[in-house]
Amino acid sequence: MATALDTQMPAPSRSSSRGPSGWRRLRSKLALPLLAGGGGALIVGYLSLIVLIPIAALVSHGFSLSVTTHGAGIEFWRWSVSIGWKTFWSAVTATGAKQAIILSLWLSLSVAAINAVMGVAIAWVLVRDNFFGKGLLEASIDLPFALPTIVAGVVLLAIYGVDSPIHVDLFETWMGLMLALLFVTLPFSVRAVQPVLASLDLESEAAARTLGAGGLRTFFTVILPSLWPAILGGFGLAFARAVGEFGSISLIAGGIGRTTTASYYIYNLTQGFLWTGAAAVSTALLLISLIILVTTNVLSRRFQKRTL
Amino acid sequence: MKGTHRLAIRGVVLVYLAILIGLPVVFLVVKAFQHGFGPFWSQITQPEALSALLLSVEVAAIAVPVNAIVGVGAAILIARHNFLGKRAFDTTFDIPVAVSPVILGVALVLAYSRIGWFGAPLARVGIMVLFSPLGITLATMAVSLPYVLRSIVPVLLEVGTEQEQAARTLGAGRLRSFFQVTLPSIRWAVMYGITLTIARTLGEFGAVLVVSGNISGRTQTLPIYIYDDWDQKFDVLGSYSDALILALMSVLVLGILAVLRKRERKLRVDLA
Repeated sequence: MATALDTQMPAPSRSSSRGPSGWRRLRSKLALPLLAGGGGALIVGYLSLIVLIPIAALVSHGFSLSVTTHGAGIEFWRWSVSIGWKTFWSAVTATGAKQAIILSLWLSLSVAAINAVMGVAIAWVLVRDNFFGKGLLEASIDLPFALPTIVAGVVLLAIYGVDSPIHVDLFETWMGLMLALLFVTLPFSVRAVQPVLASLDLESEAAARTLGAGGLRTFFTVILPSLWPAILGGFGLAFARAVGEFGSISLIAGGIGRTTTASYYIYNLTQGFLWTGAAAVSTALLLISLIILVTTNVLSRRFQKRTL
Repeated sequence: MKGTHRLAIRGVVLVYLAILIGLPVVFLVVKAFQHGFGPFWSQITQPEALSALLLSVEVAAIAVPVNAIVGVGAAILIARHNFLGKRAFDTTFDIPVAVSPVILGVALVLAYSRIGWFGAPLARVGIMVLFSPLGITLATMAVSLPYVLRSIVPVLLEVGTEQEQAARTLGAGRLRSFFQVTLPSIRWAVMYGITLTIARTLGEFGAVLVVSGNISGRTQTLPIYIYDDWDQKFDVLGSYSDALILALMSVLVLGILAVLRKRERKLRVDLA
């Protein structure tokens, strides 16, 4: 006889419960890897399409890489690679190319250095100082980042161009280029340092002051050492950005050899459809940026270890 | 620091920022309106300028949603899963913003144009990448790739998985837990990333210039139009006017970002 309890809770029959739950378990076990794997594969495909394949094509063109197979069938698997070092080297060391790369390097180096110093000063003002209009200052730091690079060029030429209202004409001068690079790299230098400066505790500074150290001495012996990793990080970002910068300097450079930076030189080559040369100089510039980023990364990590 | 030091540093900083940012921006406005509002308005409503604006918006309409979806997906993979090559996967997103935009443009040409790796097969099916809106779209997608991802990952890591697990224990499916738990907690970060992506897509110049061929009315985005006006047509007023439009957009973007940061902070306080 069936009791009330029995009708409410029917004894689970083995066959009916095991099937779905086993299937469900299997499905939930497989669903995540399948979903993640499928999504991951799609994203990797997208990355390949817009980043990896183009960069590979660029580097292989730059080195005039050519893969030749020795025939069809089984012979297909015997292949050899030839690298056109000579074409690469002659494209990179052509007078114009060499000048452009050197100009880019010393401009970027000085710009990163100037903004490293100014970045600390600006970050210090933003964190420790207080005055009317500081909010505007804070907001203006990000403007170069949000502003399209070509607009940055137009903005700077509005005041430092040929028809300058204050009679400072920096068109087609290295100072004009430098100003543009200082403009676009400023947020990197400031924002790298600011959070670290804000997180420093005031106790060690106070201790230094009580022990008789002056303001400047406290800064150089207490504050600066803990800022080095951040300063270096900002330096690397600014340097790499300046080496590759194009939009903001494209108008100021004008088009004479003296103010042709590396990226502008590459652009000129593409305008003449000299793609092999463009690929070679691009590859060289790519390697330079890579070296900069890796070096500053390693250095800033080493500094971090020392201060910890 | 002593009062004099403080004042000296403040003075140096203010002068530096005035020379670098303040004065140039003020004079952009002055120059754009130097002949009054009428010429400014007629410059920005010229047919070529409008078609350049339209192309910019069209390209953004494709690039932004794609990069938003890819960004959210990749952020979840990076923050919630472990897999082989995760570090390389993570780094790849930064390549397009780390290299020069000109280099990126050249790379796209050497991969997909007639002279590139896949030029011949693509040409056979009638796909043109060089000098076409398609190339512009690819270049724009590349340069605006990492922003959504980089905005979300730190938030996902900080929020943790507890609430997602709770939702799953309470019987929510994976999709439901994503839409009702994960997405609400990262919504401001997603918006933040999307805003940055929009700013970057509307402003991209170098990579687009290389692949576009600068064909007026067809492959000119707004930044290219500004460049063309200045450098080729010597129509300085046109450049100033449209540059001011893009500059206003940037200011708007910065405003939105500030609001989103505030929301994000409030959300974290609420969640905590």
